[in-house]
Amino acid sequence: MTFDQFIQNLANGISLGSLYALIAIGYTMVYGILRLINFAHGDIVMLGAYVAFYGVVMFMLPWWVAFPLAIILTAGIGVIIERAAYRPLRSFPRINLFTSAVAVSFLLENLGNVIFGGRPKAFERPAFMDIALQIGEASVLSYTPIIIVTAAILFAILIYIVNRTKVGMAMRALSKDIETTGLMGINTDRIIMFSFMLGSALAAAGGILWAIKFPQINPLMGVMPGLKAFIAAVLGGIGNITGAMLGGFLLGVVEIMIVAFFPDLSGYRDAFAYVILILLLLFRPTGIMGEVQAEKV
Amino acid sequence: MKISRNTLLTLGALIIFAGFLYVAQNMFNTYILRIINLCAIYSIFAITFNLIYGYTGQFSLGHAGFAAVGAYVAALLTMSAQQKEANFFLTPIVPALATMQWPFLFAIIAAGLLAALVGSLIAWPALRLRGDYLAIATLGFSEIIRVLLVNMQPVTNGALGLKGIPPYTNLFWSWGCVVITLFVIKRLTNTSYGRALRAIRDDEVAAEALGVQLARHKLMAFAVSAFFVGVAGALMANLISTIDPKVFLFFLTYQIVGITVMGGMGSLTGSTIAACLYTIFLEVLRPIESPFTIGNLHVPGVPGMRMVLFSILLLIVILFYRHGLMGTREFSWDRLFEFFRGKKKASPLTNSEGEQE
Repeated sequence: MTFDQFIQNLANGISLGSLYALIAIGYTMVYGILRLINFAHGDIVMLGAYVAFYGVVMFMLPWWVAFPLAIILTAGIGVIIERAAYRPLRSFPRINLFTSAVAVSFLLENLGNVIFGGRPKAFERPAFMDIALQIGEASVLSYTPIIIVTAAILFAILIYIVNRTKVGMAMRALSKDIETTGLMGINTDRIIMFSFMLGSALAAAGGILWAIKFPQINPLMGVMPGLKAFIAAVLGGIGNITGAMLGGFLLGVVEIMIVAFFPDLSGYRDAFAYVILILLLLFRPTGIMGEVQAEKV
Repeated sequence: MKISRNTLLTLGALIIFAGFLYVAQNMFNTYILRIINLCAIYSIFAITFNLIYGYTGQFSLGHAGFAAVGAYVAALLTMSAQQKEANFFLTPIVPALATMQWPFLFAIIAAGLLAALVGSLIAWPALRLRGDYLAIATLGFSEIIRVLLVNMQPVTNGALGLKGIPPYTNLFWSWGCVVITLFVIKRLTNTSYGRALRAIRDDEVAAEALGVQLARHKLMAFAVSAFFVGVAGALMANLISTIDPKVFLFFLTYQIVGITVMGGMGSLTGSTIAACLYTIFLEVLRPIESPFTIGNLHVPGVPGMRMVLFSILLLIVILFYRHGLMGTREFSWDRLFEFFRGKKKASPLTNSEGEQE
């Protein structure tokens, strides 16, 4: 492989990785607080892409109105899901919450099938994202750096919220101990709602960027990215936001690079993520940055 | 030896049920037979998931993978040489399998054994993981199996799948396997093994401190569970007669989890009942997808509406019927009699599983 091809693959890997990372953050935030694998999260990604699509195609909105609007609407849907399907089950065994998440995921996918139609739709990129950029011999379309930069900005905003604001502090407290946080006078319901809102907003952004990168959208498009992003979250140490980003980038780059270096293995592409996951879990059962929790007896 | 009233009743019920199956097999059309067969297959799936999660507390999401192993083994062992030749037109089949054809019974057993082997192989590294980490690792294994099926073309025919598998599965095979599964797992949970499994579920550390060998018991739960999932997969392959790797996506596992939760965690009879309700319900809902007319209002058929309604119902059950249909209780004759006598007394005998939650 030439150096230019390597650069091209690396750019591709990083942009895929930043999408995984964006989606993984939603998983990790919800898991850190509720210990719930929110399997409906991948379908939020799909919703984000579809709302943006309809905003542009049906309501003729320019992209800079449609995309932020889609993110806000999807965040709202995330909050509704939390209120309707997860909050009533919070005090029940975790399998109930998990099944509820699976049911929500089924519902969103099938509703998508009925409302949006099962046939894939072509998502049109704004024109400025289709310019070919030359880096030496390598050429990438301009959406690749745009995805990376947008994701980086969103990460910066998120890290600021989590580490520097009062809400962020409450979120961190919640992930340590829900009950005690409630006793300290923090409205836990509201903070959990806020986490869902934040996670869904990032997922929607991820969905729109995903549709820009792979411009065919269908009601099941969120399933695979959702699952891979969840793996990324586990790789990084679930519950840890920096870990989720790291896991996302790692997974994206490794996936692209293995196919680039060993083209014979491209049929096994979907299995790489799981193989990496299982190997890592065997040697570091709590992920790269996860804390080792002492067993309480 | 004195045979108790309940044993007699159970035997009687089994004989009546066998009679019903005999009548059904000869009277109903293939469409209805297929639904009743599917009820049985989903029952086995749910019962085995209950063993591994409801009794042992191991959150394993590998069912689709075990079922895939069973289905492919049975399909390859029962198809005739001509069928195989017709299927493998892109890549020729490996010579060893080309002419192999076994009786259905042996094919089922082979399917179960290979699935059990895969189950133990998966359980062995997974024993180090707990809770959600175990869930995602087993889900990963199941997906790896599926990707292997797509790529091992000389053995599995890749993404094209296998067509024309002989339709050997009938009501006796399928429901016979349900009865055997129920019997074996019920007996197993009543032995010291079963108590050890429940101890692991309730508190792993305490169980280990009391001398329960965690690895051995977990491995056994995985192997037994995977064996019967493999059997169910074999029945499924020889029922629907066309399989491809997409059948065994993780959606299958999710469905099984949903059914088991609806039936009640820790209730084997609950799993069976929920599996039958689920399968029948999906079929009953089919008409809403075809166009119909109410008065002057003409409603065009909406494909996919059935699954929307189904997901809403699943959500309602989970949100408002939180312990499932049966909770952790089992069906028992004593309770049935009490019900008809109008007594509302919960007998401690019938509630022996009630310690959970």
